[in-house]
Amino acid sequence: MSELVLQIFRFGFLLLLWLFIFAAFRVVRADLFGGRPGRVASVPPRTATPKKRGQRGPRTLVVTAGPLSGTKITLGDQPILIGRADDSTLVLTDDFASSRHARLTNRGGQWYVEDLGSTNGTYLDQQRVQGPLLVAPGQPIRIGQTALELRS
Amino acid sequence: MPGPVTDPRGQVATDTPTRRGTEAALLGFAVLITVVAQIIVDLTVTGHLRPEMAGFSVWITALWVVAHLVVRRWASYADPLLLPAVALLVGLGLTVIHRLDLAAEQVNSTVTREDAPVQLIWATLGVALFVALLVVVRDHRALSRFAYTLALLGIVLLALPAVLPASISEVNGAKIWIRVAGFSIQPGEFAKICLVVFFAAYLVDKRDVLALASKRVAGLELPRGRDLGPVLLAWILSILVLVFERDLGSSLLLFGIFVVMLYIATERASWLFIGLLLFAGGALIAYQAFGHVRARVDTWLDPFAYIDGAGYQLVQSLFGLGTGGLFGAGLGGGRPDQVPVAKSDFIASAVGEELGLFGLVAVIVVYLVLVERGLRTSLVVRDAVGKLLAAGLAFAIAWQVFVVLGGVTGLLPLTGLTTPFLAYGGSSLVANFVLVALLVRISDAARRPVAPHATPVRLGDAPTEVVMP
Repeated sequence: MSELVLQIFRFGFLLLLWLFIFAAFRVVRADLFGGRPGRVASVPPRTATPKKRGQRGPRTLVVTAGPLSGTKITLGDQPILIGRADDSTLVLTDDFASSRHARLTNRGGQWYVEDLGSTNGTYLDQQRVQGPLLVAPGQPIRIGQTALELRS
Repeated sequence: MPGPVTDPRGQVATDTPTRRGTEAALLGFAVLITVVAQIIVDLTVTGHLRPEMAGFSVWITALWVVAHLVVRRWASYADPLLLPAVALLVGLGLTVIHRLDLAAEQVNSTVTREDAPVQLIWATLGVALFVALLVVVRDHRALSRFAYTLALLGIVLLALPAVLPASISEVNGAKIWIRVAGFSIQPGEFAKICLVVFFAAYLVDKRDVLALASKRVAGLELPRGRDLGPVLLAWILSILVLVFERDLGSSLLLFGIFVVMLYIATERASWLFIGLLLFAGGALIAYQAFGHVRARVDTWLDPFAYIDGAGYQLVQSLFGLGTGGLFGAGLGGGRPDQVPVAKSDFIASAVGEELGLFGLVAVIVVYLVLVERGLRTSLVVRDAVGKLLAAGLAFAIAWQVFVVLGGVTGLLPLTGLTTPFLAYGGSSLVANFVLVALLVRISDAARRPVAPHATPVRLGDAPTEVVMP
């Protein structure tokens, strides 16, 4: 083996290794900052028909306090069920939460929170939720030790 | 694959990509690096390609194609970086082991036992288990139903070598093996995973007690005395492993995982503090009571004083890393075989010698990517058991890499842990494949969009027009 070839092998392989890491980091970056709508993607919507851009409703439900803190749920048009039951959208493991505790529903782009007859109640800001209440982005919803808010 | 979720304004809100294409591309890249590395080693050391090269390339490609297809079919939303990172590490490991095989043949041409093909078979077995786990375990939450069974299994696996006669279970002073019919298995590697699953299920059950009942002392939320039970139990278990199996590594690994999972579950820094205190106590006792621990610490503090004895391995490893320098000697250009047992415990020093600081750091960064994806999965997944399990498994990889590399570079005393995916050793490789399969399974649950009909509409929940009072 000539010395030149050995040197090409030596540095070329290191370059290859770091190219792999570079590629991996690009994926990590796309995951962290890429797509505005979801938390994962940078792909544009398939049928890109953005309506009035000014009126963007909340897009994610973020858990801001409690054991699940940091969890995000991307909002669609399905209602979000919150409770200890396994089939809830957000499964709480909180002794203060009921199995079907609260529900967030979308009515025409606005989100409403309802309490589903929980034992310890659901609070929007400081107010106990009795009937469906309109939730503004950033307004804290409290269930036991967990706090949630809508973000756009 | 469910269709895109539309939001009420009639526009596609989130069409979470499965990212399988990214995974396939990166896997291809990892296979390419593996094959290139093998070619470089062969050309540099022997000057010609070995005839088995084509077979090897096909085999390794087939391995990752199968793994990828299974992920595509049974965990289609899984994280795209987990598998490629593993593929790269396994490929590099196979290459370095093959390189050390060649070195051994050059020194003594009568030695024909090659370890790289054996490792390849272990890797195949690992992928088979990976596939089986993904196919069988469709929901990681189901695992918590078997929490106590797994705990029992873990403890039995951990204790088995201790109670077996030394002729079956002892290798180089560590009683952590089961050697049957030419095969040697380290059951502790599997015990690790069983116990992490148990810890996750147990802590989710009990964390309210462990987190809420506390009293404040000197700025720390200290738990009640009776709640110390589990952590003390884990501590005693670790000490028992140390006493009966003389295995510093597993002991440290178990205790570290438990304390960190306890911390993650309860968000109480006091658990880390208590863990550290218990660790300091245990370390002091171990140093006083056990000769093998004292020998490890002494050679760590001053390896060159024991250059002819216990410190020889570490000194050779340090020389190897020094020879490698920044850019390494090139694959096949160094003398990594100078380090005793370079294939298993000291494979990182072989990597450091031939690929240099840049190569070794690249390997560490690949581990970092693996761990980051695990922790990210833990943040995103929506159920508590999944969160804790993913965090625990990711931490297990990180902790193991830290302890091994610390030992090899002289930062920490040497322990008997293996470098995950890289080092020669069947049990470790297969067990780590199971670990990654669990992470893939959880990450699939984490990234999968909420299914449109996941919430059954019950009569009481059916939408009704509510008249505001």
